[in-house]
Amino acid sequence: MTKKGPKGRWRIVAVVFVAVVLLLAAALALAPAWDRAEDLRQAVGASTGPAPDAEAIARGAYLARLGNCAGCHTPRGGAEWAGGRVIATPFGGVVAANLTPDPDTGIGRWSVEAFIRALREGRSADGRALVPACPYPNYSLLDERDLRDLYAYARSLPPVRQARSAHGLRWPFGTEFAIAAWRRLFFERATLAAAPLTSDDAALRRGAYLVGGLGHCSACHSTRNLFGANAGAFDLRGGAMPETGWLAPSLLDPRAAGAQSWSIGQTAALLRDGVNRHASVSGPMALVVAQSTQHLRPADAEAIAAFLHQLPVASDPAAVKRAPAPEPAPRQLGERVFERHCADCHGKDGRGEPGAGPPLRGNRALALPTAANVVRMVLAGGFGPSTAAVPRPLGMPPFATLLGDEEVAAVVTWIRWKYGEASAGVRVHEVNRLR
Amino acid sequence: MIGRLQALLLCLALALTGAGTGQAAPASSEMAQRAKACTGCHGERGRAAPDGYYPRLAGKPAGYLYEQLLAFRDGRRRYALMAHLLEPLSDRFLRDLAEYFASLDLPYAPPQPAAAPAAALERARQLVEHGDEARRLPACSACHGARLTGVQPAVPALLGLPRDYLNAQLGAWRSGTRVARAPDCMAEVARRLAAEEVGALSAWLASQPVPVPAHPAANLPKPLPLDCGGQPAAVAP
Repeated sequence: MTKKGPKGRWRIVAVVFVAVVLLLAAALALAPAWDRAEDLRQAVGASTGPAPDAEAIARGAYLARLGNCAGCHTPRGGAEWAGGRVIATPFGGVVAANLTPDPDTGIGRWSVEAFIRALREGRSADGRALVPACPYPNYSLLDERDLRDLYAYARSLPPVRQARSAHGLRWPFGTEFAIAAWRRLFFERATLAAAPLTSDDAALRRGAYLVGGLGHCSACHSTRNLFGANAGAFDLRGGAMPETGWLAPSLLDPRAAGAQSWSIGQTAALLRDGVNRHASVSGPMALVVAQSTQHLRPADAEAIAAFLHQLPVASDPAAVKRAPAPEPAPRQLGERVFERHCADCHGKDGRGEPGAGPPLRGNRALALPTAANVVRMVLAGGFGPSTAAVPRPLGMPPFATLLGDEEVAAVVTWIRWKYGEASAGVRVHEVNRLR
Repeated sequence: MIGRLQALLLCLALALTGAGTGQAAPASSEMAQRAKACTGCHGERGRAAPDGYYPRLAGKPAGYLYEQLLAFRDGRRRYALMAHLLEPLSDRFLRDLAEYFASLDLPYAPPQPAAAPAAALERARQLVEHGDEARRLPACSACHGARLTGVQPAVPALLGLPRDYLNAQLGAWRSGTRVARAPDCMAEVARRLAAEEVGALSAWLASQPVPVPAHPAANLPKPLPLDCGGQPAAVAP
């Protein structure tokens, strides 16, 4: 890949490198006092304004579901919002905070102003900047009433005393300097003015508010740069989720996850039921539906659908490229694996079996720019989400224990080519990496 | 797909099983299709034999299976494939899956021959049938039933399982990687076992033929010798 250039160039690189290291060291030494804001912590028992009414708490509970706060802040099988889950990022693990009103380990000393500042500006009550693994760039879009309702809900939870362990971020990513620098470069408060809207319709604006704000769709469905930053709350062009192996498909491309060619009703159904006439959710999105979007009120689901429907179309050229047919040997292996393990549920001709398995022919998941999601699905299997409309979803068995890398590569390459518009296949070592 | 008479019978069966529960039980063909996500590893209709690693599901007490499904989903039992599969599923659906596998009455495969010294196997048999009072070790049969086929609603059978699986589970209880609701009776028992005893017990249990019929006992003659947190939760609706 890289070729050794002339010696002079290397000398320049070395000098620049040393200078950057020196600058970084100086900055780190001086950094702690930089980018801190006012400490808004309160004494225990200090009044935090009038007691929240039951209505505010109920509204907050609904908003908490839409934001899927529990997805990160509720430990697996543990107390709601007690924190402690480790969120894997390319820079190391980030430990979710305890958001219950415990005064010492939770947010018991946080005033409503501190809470609002945390979600809008990404600052802890003590004034320190928060690690942007928490999608506060999205939450900065929220209006004050929603933030107050969320605060009322948080205060209504039973306090859980559970101290948080330190983040596992690699040096220097967890330093205050690095976070401050990141915020200078990439954090901008989101506004609805930045949303791609074709009209001033109230439902569309509500949809944009939910997609860009609480729904934090861009946390996954965006392209991130080397520093983990995307192009903001309305960056919906899709991208890799490196820590899960999955690709979050583009919402701008109707050949990927774009909803431009679907009716509003069908898109709303996918969010609430996990399936619609055209597709079913799987992988990380199955969890999002299970934990969050199945609870959307019909009007909100339709508002989101309407917003997604009018997004500008942009196709990834990698997804349109046709691949050559697989070589005879892997192709035969792929066909054999397909007949033995896939055809029963997906049909011999890939048209699916009603009540058994979805069709592969014309299935968007097979024609995505990379084969990652198909490989993950074959290896780990997966159920759809249990929802009100589909309480007993269909599930695919995991094949990680039954098939070797070569067999998985062959069958995925075969079905991507045969049923996924001749999309490019996957190599054996790439399958191994996704195990 | 199905004839008119069969459809009628199915409706009748559904009406009968659904009566009184307030929610109709899912048709067994529907559950069989959904259970295919499980049977790749746990064997056709959940009847994995002792020659592999994965445990049999068919015919186990529904309360036990349900408790395990919850434990995998909620992190008390750790196995990445199971956790991933169960994460988007509701309690209700997990209970349906548990009841489906519990309802299957299928024959067992012959046991695996024991590959352990006779003295170790004899020691294992002693522990299974009588325990060791000096070390406050109850007999396996005191909880898992005199025939070791489990007890309704939530104590699993110890027979018909692969040796490697038994070894892994006893080891996980001892090291604390498998955890049940407190008080965690099985963890206490496993921690009182010596490592050699774990190996001997697994070898002996995997080599025993499963009695016919293999159904779990309806109840135990005496109360459980230890408090077990997994029990009351499993019988609660």
